[in-house]
Amino acid sequence: MELSAEYLREKLQRDLEAEHVEVEDTTPSRCASSFRVLVVSAKFEGKPLLQRHRLVNTCLAEELLHIHAFEQKTLTPEQWTREQQK
Amino acid sequence: MSGSLGRAAAALLRWGRGAGGGLRGQGVRAASSGGSGSSERLDALVKKDRVVVFLKGTPEQPQCGFSNAVVQILRLHGVRDYAAYNVLDDPQLRQGIKDYSNWPTIPQVYLNGEFVGGCDILLQMHQNGDLVEELKKLGIRSALLGEKKDQDSK
Repeated sequence: MELSAEYLREKLQRDLEAEHVEVEDTTPSRCASSFRVLVVSAKFEGKPLLQRHRLVNTCLAEELLHIHAFEQKTLTPEQWTREQQK
Repeated sequence: MSGSLGRAAAALLRWGRGAGGGLRGQGVRAASSGGSGSSERLDALVKKDRVVVFLKGTPEQPQCGFSNAVVQILRLHGVRDYAAYNVLDDPQLRQGIKDYSNWPTIPQVYLNGEFVGGCDILLQMHQNGDLVEELKKLGIRSALLGEKKDQDSK
């Protein structure tokens, strides 16, 4: 299966109506297929961390079966703006 | 299919654990047949102790950076009394806990029988103070609170 950072980025953006998505392929520094993602979406508003992460996990359920390591950061648009101002 | 088999084998070789970890995500999914990965057993495990973690490796010797992060965070908070289960020793447990929690990766953290999340979430809870609060609810005083008694009055 084609598991590229670009593919993941597009899927996350589409399914989570994300305003901003970054996907980093961290495979070289680990021993197997690994990714780190940042998703900024209004869908996260009012949701605790676990629920946000589950949204992402559900979006990538199929792909995660083939990914060894996965890190994620989930922010609302407001949190993202604040973070960029730091 | 040979590509993914090669990758899994390379991963096992890299960690130097031989065949102990099994081929993750491949082959038969552990059914609830009363084995070590059954939901009945896992339900009992996560409720038996206030703090329960499923790791790759042990607290003394974590075998993965993310599992190590969980161990270090708990150490920072002075949480010494917790149950740690090494999924690398038991492929049924490894798959079973993923099914039980409906969570795709290890490590996994349970507080008071409730799934909290993985390393990312625990790290964020540690950074934003939520972990101190959650531990307090369990009757565990975080070491990071120190001896802060009357300092506020200065």
